[in-house]
Amino acid sequence: MAELQEELKEKIIEQLSLEDVEVSEIGNDDPLFGDGLGLDSIDALELIVLLEKDYGIKLKDPKEGKAIFESINVMADYISKNRTK
Amino acid sequence: MSNCYINGIASISAQPTTDPDTFLDEVIHHKESIFRSHDPNYKEFIKPAAMRRMSKSVKMGVTTATMALNNSGIEMPDAIITGTGMGCKQDSEKFLENILHNDEQFLTPTLFIQSTHNTVGGQVALGLGCKAYNVTYVQGAASFEVSIKDAQLMLSESPEKNILVGGIDEVAKNSTLLHKLDGQIKEDDIDVIKLLDSKTSGTVTSEGAIFMVLGAEKTDKTLAKIIDVETRSSATPNEIKTDIEKFVARQGLSIQDIDAVILGNNGDVEHDHYYKSLQSSIFSNTEQLCYKHLTGDYPVASSFGFWLGTRIFDTNKVPSVLKVNDISAKGYNTILLYNQYLGKNHSIALLQRC
Repeated sequence: MAELQEELKEKIIEQLSLEDVEVSEIGNDDPLFGDGLGLDSIDALELIVLLEKDYGIKLKDPKEGKAIFESINVMADYISKNRTK
Repeated sequence: MSNCYINGIASISAQPTTDPDTFLDEVIHHKESIFRSHDPNYKEFIKPAAMRRMSKSVKMGVTTATMALNNSGIEMPDAIITGTGMGCKQDSEKFLENILHNDEQFLTPTLFIQSTHNTVGGQVALGLGCKAYNVTYVQGAASFEVSIKDAQLMLSESPEKNILVGGIDEVAKNSTLLHKLDGQIKEDDIDVIKLLDSKTSGTVTSEGAIFMVLGAEKTDKTLAKIIDVETRSSATPNEIKTDIEKFVARQGLSIQDIDAVILGNNGDVEHDHYYKSLQSSIFSNTEQLCYKHLTGDYPVASSFGFWLGTRIFDTNKVPSVLKVNDISAKGYNTILLYNQYLGKNHSIALLQRC
């Protein structure tokens, strides 16, 4: 799980062009949206594409993302249970 | 036609042009046929959260728009009009690469949203919260001048408005190289400062942005007056000569009233005869200035001529690196600009000191 969490942080930084953010600065329980990492609705769409492309998880309802993208911990847990690649 | 004053202007180019206290005192000698802009610290003008998605043209555009507004003392423009020849090429290329690499699957929204020609106008408006008229003109090398023309028309109808007008183009890896393959850009790298003496076809290219705040009212910030702007799709050198004479006469002036002419020579032996024909005839007794050996050529490079004109009026001096003949004007009150690219998209403009 720890490996997946680190991998997710690296992917998020790269995919969302968070140039000034280091992997070590993202806590596993930090909120990704709002007061935490400060991601917005466009980032949510980017993360939905990331889930499908890298882990084979296709969200049927984009609203599901709100819960799945709560934090790195929640995201990693969801991916480990649902990934197809 | 209503008066059209430049009440603020800012430039990012391949030279250091963002410091208002200097005027090409030191220039960068580029050595390649494709070179990048000399960038300010964009973090001083754009919040990091907003900047992370911005390509080069958006950063240059938003920054120069901010600087021009600051110079003019205007916080919220009544219209935003932009001109670009190629738009946001960098994000367009990345989006197309993603389509190819991912077999048309997994396309992300950011690159798509920002791969259009009007991205800069949109981002400037978003940053300001400006919901006013917002239009982008894509007219090749005359894109910037066509944008000014639209602003002039708007000021004629609504002289109380303050209009933000900009020109932006960026270098992108693949599409810029295509222009090298089709001969628009010189095959070999050259010492760009010697561009105007080139004996080969093609030019050198770079990127940049200029934004101006235009208004019908003269203010204490006014830098120059745009007397008129004219564009023409295609013409012979003789037709251009006649056009310029008629254009100047329409303003109640003669060629002798022009203190300096700013020309778009770009070192392309196939097309510089448009300029040389003027230099050796109607402007043979006029101070002649060129700038593309500093900035390179790109669709809105002619906007740099407007920046030069305002800086000459402001400082009352002409950097020697711009001069291409031995004539020096006694003073600088009226400056004519002429530009073309590949014998098309001709533009003529007249600036006057205020």
